[in-house]
Amino acid sequence: MSGPLRQLLRDPLVWSSMLLLALVLGMPGLRGVFATLFPELPRPLYEQDSFLSLTLAHLGLVLLAGSIASSLGLLGGIAGTRRWGREFRPLLETLAGVGQTLPPVAVLAVAVPLVGFGALPALIALALYGLLPVLHATLAGLDSVPAAERDAASGLGMTPAQILWRLELPMAAPVILAGVRTSLVINIGTAAVAATVGAHNLGSPIIIGINGYNTAYVLQGALVLGLLAITCDLALGRLARRWAHPP
Amino acid sequence: MIELSEVSKTFGQQPAVERLSLTVARGEFLVLLGASGSGKSTTLRLCNRLLEPDSGSIHFAGTDLRSFEPHVLRRRMGYAIQSVGLFPHWTVAQNIATVPQLLRWSKARIAARVEELLSLLHLDPATFKDRYPHALSGGQQQRVGVARALAAEPEVLLMDEPFGALDPVTRQALQEEIARIHRVAGTTILMVTHDVDEALRLADRLVLMQQGRVLQQGSPAALLAPPLDTKVAQMLGGRELGLRRLALQTVASRARPELASPGPSIAADANLREALDLMLQQACDHLNVHDAAGQPIGRLYLADLAEAGA
Repeated sequence: MSGPLRQLLRDPLVWSSMLLLALVLGMPGLRGVFATLFPELPRPLYEQDSFLSLTLAHLGLVLLAGSIASSLGLLGGIAGTRRWGREFRPLLETLAGVGQTLPPVAVLAVAVPLVGFGALPALIALALYGLLPVLHATLAGLDSVPAAERDAASGLGMTPAQILWRLELPMAAPVILAGVRTSLVINIGTAAVAATVGAHNLGSPIIIGINGYNTAYVLQGALVLGLLAITCDLALGRLARRWAHPP
Repeated sequence: MIELSEVSKTFGQQPAVERLSLTVARGEFLVLLGASGSGKSTTLRLCNRLLEPDSGSIHFAGTDLRSFEPHVLRRRMGYAIQSVGLFPHWTVAQNIATVPQLLRWSKARIAARVEELLSLLHLDPATFKDRYPHALSGGQQQRVGVARALAAEPEVLLMDEPFGALDPVTRQALQEEIARIHRVAGTTILMVTHDVDEALRLADRLVLMQQGRVLQQGSPAALLAPPLDTKVAQMLGGRELGLRRLALQTVASRARPELASPGPSIAADANLREALDLMLQQACDHLNVHDAAGQPIGRLYLADLAEAGA
């Protein structure tokens, strides 16, 4: 076996993404396996939606909520470390803390009467839930820029905006990205709950399975969901590592 | 070039600088010397508006500092600090190009300037240009820091204990660099230090600071000349007053025009402290003196050193 191929096969990211792809596309092919495992079930395979469409809907929801959470967290983190925003910092951290403490299910329960069923209440709950890791990471990342570098930058004539863009954000990027990674990965799991309010995603087979005592459905949803979370985590970790070490 | 008049700055209850008046002349190497807490760093940071005075006024090139945008002002002044503060995500070349880039110089001009500065500070451009700061030694980092401060040909170079964190050998090498750069380029330099020997070696004019005020100022030789104020003697002399006086005078100034005799020889532009050391090492009471070309020009006697150190 040649070197590059062996290296590729040793890569957990390659394995998990191949497995994920196989499972998402080939779930109908496993009908026999689930029929054997759960002989008492009349319908051992979840067929209301294709797993591809469920996965894409799931990812879409998580990414949209993630970009909202990341933008807000980033802006909040920047604001909280500016001279003019320093006083708001405790308030920001408290608010984001509340967002994280409230269980998404509770947010869903409050949001549904206000905005109705479907993906919108899920989006609100996930964005709130994902805010704290990004905010914390941004604050920590920007705090970690040493005073000497700031002093040099400002003494050499960078404006505050230039210091932010050229020095602080690039130096904080690995830490911020780690926060975004945490936020996205926990929301991949959390988004499944959104199926309770009518969003169609990988939570749907799980929720329907639980309601209908169909363990096979639960297993199918959970397998794909778990693999998706692992794959995204590995991929984002890879990205963060590349960021931390400039070529 | 820079003129501070009656400047005061207080941090909390603690006055850092009190009614300080000071002028930095164009082309001059001015050193502020004082213990920590004497207000020397505060004075420096007032000059590029990293700090704002509570009262008094500061002028740069004849214009009140308050009428400059801080970042515009700072781009006209070089800034080098003890902790260097190189940007870790940028290469050496990018670090040096910081201010030229802010001033939107052309790429070709920046590249040429970076090469020029690396050579000026004895860092081989091919080797160091694309390195990241973490791959440099402390001395190399400070060389890059000085190059970065000089990059946009600033009218004044402000240095806050630039060599304070370096080992003695590296420190002396960099002191010689900066003295040479001052000689060659004629840049006005305002430097803060607590190292007496560094101050005496580099300064055209030395300002002794104590508790936010100027204690005494003048050329190193004038400050060390008797009669000496007790406080000045304490600050500058310590236990080496005589040796420090020797270090400020060249061999040429005390050499007698006599014929050379067999025995050790010293260059005319060496200082008398080095001459004394050589005499001690060689256990002799006189040295031959030669000029830069190696031609004998006279002799130096131990007795003359005794006179020079008094």
